[in-house]
Amino acid sequence: MPQNQTHGAEQPDIAGPTPKSQRTKMVKSSDDNENKSLAKKLKDSEICVPIVYGNIAFWLGKKASEYQSHKWTVYVRSSTNEDLGVVIKRAVFQLHSSFNNPTRVVEGPPFELSESGWGEFEIVITLHFHSDVTEKPLHLYHRLKLYPEEESGSLSMKKPVVVESYDEFVLSEPSEGFLARVQNHPAVIMPRLPSGFALPAVPMEDINSGKRGDTKNHPLSQCFTNFSEADELLKLAAARQQVQAHIARLRRQLSLLEGQQQLKSASDM
Amino acid sequence: MDAKDILGLPKNALPIQEKKSKPPKETQRKPDGISREVYALMGGLAPLMPSVDVNQLKRKAQSENEKITWQWLPFTNSARKDNLQLYHWVRVVNGVPPTGDYSFAKFNKSVDVIKYTDEEYEKYLVDPAWTKEETDRLFDLCERFDLRFIVIADRFPSSKTVEELKNRFYSVSRAILIARAPSPGDVVGHPLVKEPYNVSQEIERKRALSMVLSHTKHQERRDVEVLAEAKRISEARKAAKAAEEPELPVMADTGHDVTDRGAVAADSISPSPSTQFPSATIANPVSETASVVASLRMLQVYLRSYALEQMVQAASSSAGLRTIKRVEQTLQDLGVNLKPKVPTRAVCAEHLELRKEILTLLSLQKQLQYKEAEGSSYRDGSYAETPGTPPPKRLQRAADLDRTFTPDSLSFGGERVGKRDQKRKGPGRSEAPSPPAQSKRPRKYKASD
Repeated sequence: MPQNQTHGAEQPDIAGPTPKSQRTKMVKSSDDNENKSLAKKLKDSEICVPIVYGNIAFWLGKKASEYQSHKWTVYVRSSTNEDLGVVIKRAVFQLHSSFNNPTRVVEGPPFELSESGWGEFEIVITLHFHSDVTEKPLHLYHRLKLYPEEESGSLSMKKPVVVESYDEFVLSEPSEGFLARVQNHPAVIMPRLPSGFALPAVPMEDINSGKRGDTKNHPLSQCFTNFSEADELLKLAAARQQVQAHIARLRRQLSLLEGQQQLKSASDM
Repeated sequence: MDAKDILGLPKNALPIQEKKSKPPKETQRKPDGISREVYALMGGLAPLMPSVDVNQLKRKAQSENEKITWQWLPFTNSARKDNLQLYHWVRVVNGVPPTGDYSFAKFNKSVDVIKYTDEEYEKYLVDPAWTKEETDRLFDLCERFDLRFIVIADRFPSSKTVEELKNRFYSVSRAILIARAPSPGDVVGHPLVKEPYNVSQEIERKRALSMVLSHTKHQERRDVEVLAEAKRISEARKAAKAAEEPELPVMADTGHDVTDRGAVAADSISPSPSTQFPSATIANPVSETASVVASLRMLQVYLRSYALEQMVQAASSSAGLRTIKRVEQTLQDLGVNLKPKVPTRAVCAEHLELRKEILTLLSLQKQLQYKEAEGSSYRDGSYAETPGTPPPKRLQRAADLDRTFTPDSLSFGGERVGKRDQKRKGPGRSEAPSPPAQSKRPRKYKASD
């Protein structure tokens, strides 16, 4: 799998402020008090990181053997292809036991794993976060898909099978240190901070020095699906409208019925 | 024979040949010893093959090596204190009777009941509720009856309950143990010292047990519900810490029973205090989602899709399985994914709201149906003029229910039909036509009509 390091050297800074460029000159947080305040959790707020996880599989065609018919990559990426390394420390991909070393650990972004094989199975992806984010790991379950849906039988070497799932993970009560660290990072969706609240300025530790963690120029990026919530929102809004209209009508009917019944009982007397 | 090969039995040529010669004869004459019908049941023939291989049967033990006789001999039992001599049949081998104690003597076990002296009694064991005579009597009975307290309680001269007797016995034994021990450390491991008998707990436990035993099926079912509810609520309490859920009042008719059952459940499941468990609950949807939110917060990090699932479950917790299926069917008809493909915060919120609204809709439909059934009257056949409508089965059934209703209601029965017709004949609308109340199953909503 071609690495992204070759890209890293020549690329200019991405549009939008990156923590790397801004914070290097700031005061180091070695003070005890500051550490404490950084560890303080912001109650009633949550920070949300949208991710996409899935796999891309290529049929090897002529080079395919019985046991290595496909070359696939399973990955976790940010939905906007940003660098997830600020949040995720490492990702552990648990493969089928028939693989050598089925527990594969990926220590930094891009969090992906490539292998070749023939079978489809469930992969458990465990995301471990940095210590100031949370101690608990998060599990994602993804069924590796190699063969296309239609039974048309035409396995094409060029067209890969792509299955992606969108999800967001929510970190509740994030610590201030974490918030400060990722304040302006495009990978995360910041919560609304209480008014007048100022996050301490924290220098961004260069976790991936030199190596780009984002997947914007990933070799497979053209296979990435673009998930937009607008579609879904539209449909939901339309559905809600319909349902609300029905509810209104039913309520009218009910009240009508009640009125009639009252009339009837009144007339009976 | 091949069959024998298959079965894996060793070949025995001889018996088969014998059998082959026999069957022709045997069918012709009625066999002695077996009734005719039984023989006919077997097929009228002796079995084709021996079902049990003769070689595999146990050999008669060592026959003809020794001379075995059976003799009627006296024996003594070491378990008896008197010298009663009884007789029994003994298998004598070569003239030598068997040696050893009576084989059942080893089962004569008894319990070691502590014996205290009078001074010990004066020093450690004086108790206001018990006289020395009573205590002595108790211990004597315990020894005689091997700590079978039910029997002891029965024979005890003054009436004391089993728990009281047990309490006295165990506390006396414990006190003696501790008193006699050279140092306290020695007896710390003794079960009596480690876990002393707790009278009140025992009484409570037995009462609870008897309650559970006397449960009817109906109560059992309610038990399960209460437990599930309690579990959920206790988790929410843990998460919320503050008293978010007020203790729900006991249902009037069940009263003590239900709280007791709660206590029973607590006792049997975990040692947590039973006071927290509310009895019957009417799930409040708002508090449900609040508790889910609290529990999610405990997780620190969670997937939004997971969160949505939890919320959906919480919202539809009061609904039965069928209702949930109908909600899902409705969602599908509306063209909405059951699980949103892009679960962002906004999408999830909308989805949840939509589900709640559908629940409301379904419940309104039901209400309407009930109202119609009880409210107006329906006359069979008086609706012949309503064209092309699905046969009003519901109406017929309602008519059967309401024979007592006066003919007055015919007028607005007709009126209502008219109204329904109106609604039914509204095809031009972009929304789905016809009131859902008409049919038993909710009308499918078509996105495009």
